[in-house]
Amino acid sequence: MKTENQRAWFFLIPALLVMSINAFIPIMTVINYSFQDIFAGSAIWIGLENYVRVLNDSEFRSALGRQLIFSFLILLIQVPLGIAISLGMPKKGWRATVALVAVGLPLLIPWNVVGIIWRVFTRGDLGLVPVFFNLFGYDYNVANNAVDAYWSVVAMDVWHWTPLIVLLCYSGLNAIPDAFYQAAKIDGASRWSTFRYVTLPRLRSVLTIGILLRFMDSFRIYSEVDMLTGGGPGTTTAFLSDVLVSKARANEFGYGGALSLIYFFIILIISYVFFLVLTNVGTADETPKEA
Amino acid sequence: MEQDAKQVVSNERGGSRQEANSFRIGKYLNVTNIGMTLYFLFLALPLVWMLSMSFKTNQEILSTRSFIPIDATLANYQTIFSQPFWREAFFNSLIYVGLNVVITLIVALPAAYAFSRYKFRGDHHLFFWLLTNRMAPAAVFLLPFFQLYANIGLFDTHLAVALAHTLFSVPLAVWILEGFMSGIPKAIDETAYVDGYSFPGFFFKIFMPLIGPGIGVAAFFSFLFSWVELLIVSTLTSTNAKPIVVTLSRSLGAEGWDWGVIAAAGVLMIIPGAILIYFVRNNLAKGFALGRV
Amino acid sequence: MAKIELIDVAHEYQIGSGDYAVKDINITWNDGVSSALLGPSGCGKTTLLKIISGLLRPSEGTVLLDGEDVTGLSPQERNVAQVFQFPVVYETLSVFDNLAFPLRNRGANKQEVRERVHEIAEMLDLQDLLKKGASSLGAAEKQRISLGRGIVRKDTTAVLFDEPLTVIDPHMKWHLRRKLKELHARLGLTMVYVTHDQHEALTFAEQVTVMDVGEALQTGSPRALHTRPAAPFVGYFIGSPGMNLFDATLQDDGVMVGDLKLSYPSETLQGLGGKKLQVGIRPEFIEVRSDPDDGAIKSTVEAVNLTGSSLILDLAGKGLDFKVRVMEDADVNEGDTLYATFPDERVILYADGRAVKSTLKEAA
Repeated sequence: MKTENQRAWFFLIPALLVMSINAFIPIMTVINYSFQDIFAGSAIWIGLENYVRVLNDSEFRSALGRQLIFSFLILLIQVPLGIAISLGMPKKGWRATVALVAVGLPLLIPWNVVGIIWRVFTRGDLGLVPVFFNLFGYDYNVANNAVDAYWSVVAMDVWHWTPLIVLLCYSGLNAIPDAFYQAAKIDGASRWSTFRYVTLPRLRSVLTIGILLRFMDSFRIYSEVDMLTGGGPGTTTAFLSDVLVSKARANEFGYGGALSLIYFFIILIISYVFFLVLTNVGTADETPKEA
Repeated sequence: MEQDAKQVVSNERGGSRQEANSFRIGKYLNVTNIGMTLYFLFLALPLVWMLSMSFKTNQEILSTRSFIPIDATLANYQTIFSQPFWREAFFNSLIYVGLNVVITLIVALPAAYAFSRYKFRGDHHLFFWLLTNRMAPAAVFLLPFFQLYANIGLFDTHLAVALAHTLFSVPLAVWILEGFMSGIPKAIDETAYVDGYSFPGFFFKIFMPLIGPGIGVAAFFSFLFSWVELLIVSTLTSTNAKPIVVTLSRSLGAEGWDWGVIAAAGVLMIIPGAILIYFVRNNLAKGFALGRV
Repeated sequence: MAKIELIDVAHEYQIGSGDYAVKDINITWNDGVSSALLGPSGCGKTTLLKIISGLLRPSEGTVLLDGEDVTGLSPQERNVAQVFQFPVVYETLSVFDNLAFPLRNRGANKQEVRERVHEIAEMLDLQDLLKKGASSLGAAEKQRISLGRGIVRKDTTAVLFDEPLTVIDPHMKWHLRRKLKELHARLGLTMVYVTHDQHEALTFAEQVTVMDVGEALQTGSPRALHTRPAAPFVGYFIGSPGMNLFDATLQDDGVMVGDLKLSYPSETLQGLGGKKLQVGIRPEFIEVRSDPDDGAIKSTVEAVNLTGSSLILDLAGKGLDFKVRVMEDADVNEGDTLYATFPDERVILYADGRAVKSTLKEAA
């Protein structure tokens, strides 16, 4: 049982301090800029005009649309795949060590290097992927073919990040006492039932952090995509961060500031919804199938 | 009636998850094994390709596509090890990431303890707030961080990067540590006080050893996210603390990429992380469930 | 419900290692008996429970259910139910769905499910909670749900309990124990209850098996275990305080314990040479008087302890230290001299850890 205690704040001070300093100043800066129109060294206060411009900008909207689809696609693939792989991972012995290290490797590669690896891997002249597709008679071209480019980016992200889900679930699975599986067997549960009523509920907490992290990070994806396709062909793989970076590069701090905040709030709201859903599912009083 | 004892080797039956999840066709040929093999192939191919590239000359890379280098060479690695440019960059990375892990743990341990043991107004929301620090796109931080750290004289230092990264590593570390801490019954805290331990005594001698695996896992994830970060690090460093991620991208110059060297650098970048996973593998295997969620 | 028999059961986790978790197990549980496996941690009782339930296949021996060899069958195939040390419930389901789970998995129709779940819920005082989510309940209620799932199927052959009250609050333990007894009486379930708490075992079970280091030392009614412990460990483990045990040396016409001589007929003493001999007697069976008596052991009261409603006296006399239990109103003080007698029928002679049958009068 926890003690109701304001003394807890004392323990939180170091963390709050460190993070507030790092967070507060940038946020203030960004908010400041967002209300101004900055050009040639001077700035005018223009209120919410930047925000309006952003929301009306078609480039922003289409990038946002692409981003939303991308992130949800990512979650749709990586979460089930990650869970499935974690279920198949060896539990003990040298096999487990090898598998764990192997699975963790994609996570440990700097993001631009991930992009580089995949760029080489998919390049017409250097890579294996075109060779592979040529075997099936398909002319794979990541630079010019929008479909190829898009799915290559997806494949790259799946390759890169599924291990995060795998590692989290692997740990989560090992925390489930055998008794639960034994009880399910005694109760005559099928494999699927066991997964649905024992495994999945007990993975809820690690899946929550996994899903939140994946959503947040995929929504901000930049370096890898930049390396692999540069946002192209055209705007096929130009996600939201792409727009932001180009505005920042063009020194459009006002617009960029407003865009940053809108960007942030979109992630915040969707994450919060995920958080509420994931932390409450299966714990509230349920209406039974029959009473 | 007599059982042949030799037959009975694997006795534990009933609901192990391994058994629960395989459809057997032959002894090894089942859905699980096929699926896992395919996945690991998918995982390994790009890495193996990069490894193979690191042992090739640029010439060979651009001309043929061979798995095993025809003209194997160590030149790429030699380049990296001989040029102080690369060597320093590598160590710079190790230093600031190491600093980050240490600072993160120092700051996250008490915070996680607070969330785990105390109930206080706004605790549920504060817990979520921690994560919001990871939600802003990195571009947001570039200019402000540059100004902040330059103003306090920490520009181009390892400390600056380590501190800046805490914004992202602390939330995750707190979530993970809190989960492990919640697995330790409060009775242990109480018993320690009854036995006369002071709070620091209890925390360091009793509590921390108990959450050892949690610390390992939190350190691993802090390392991970800090080691791979690019944008902030490149903003906050110029020469002194320049890490390898930056030198890598800088060497992607207009005059054409030095593929072999890049591949070799990539391979080297993976090694510290691989070593780290190896060391925390038991911590990961021990299993955890996050408490507060 | 079914009759369970274990024949020559032994289990080595590592075949050939010689390290047996349990061995020489021969026990029968009749249909409908409530029984306990009692012993300290590590004695093998949980291993034995797993062998009975089918979660573990013994490396040697046979398990019979109603005469049928089920040694190779899984718990599901044996229709055995198990309640674990900590509550196992399906958190995403309501209490109703939890109880219905085993039935639905076997294809029962809605009507059957509804009737049976209500029946079981009523027996376990869960009717008001049926609609609630299982995860929102306390440990005691969750254990009741676990139990409910175990008995909801009519073809359950036995219900096994692995220290089920471990995580239950002390004041709830009594309620749950009572409920278990009620259920047993009402449904005639064959129950095997594993515990290290003798109080639980002795108040709950009709038949208790005491185990230590992988061996089943004695199986019998609580009373038999109390009055005629077949092994020193049983005597020592049961009762608080446990039996007094003395090392004994063989003589021509009896045994010597300390300075006291106990006579035994030669038939009893035959073949005891070379064996480790011990003599045991329970504190409550020793008679003490304050009037001098030449035939008794003259002893000094070293300590007086009040336990519950009796006094435990630590006495020393004739080279022996022993405990005696007397009524709390006895007027005894430290330093007093008392005369203790060991009634023949209450004294048990043990050779190499097994009680020796004697021709002395047996206790009732």
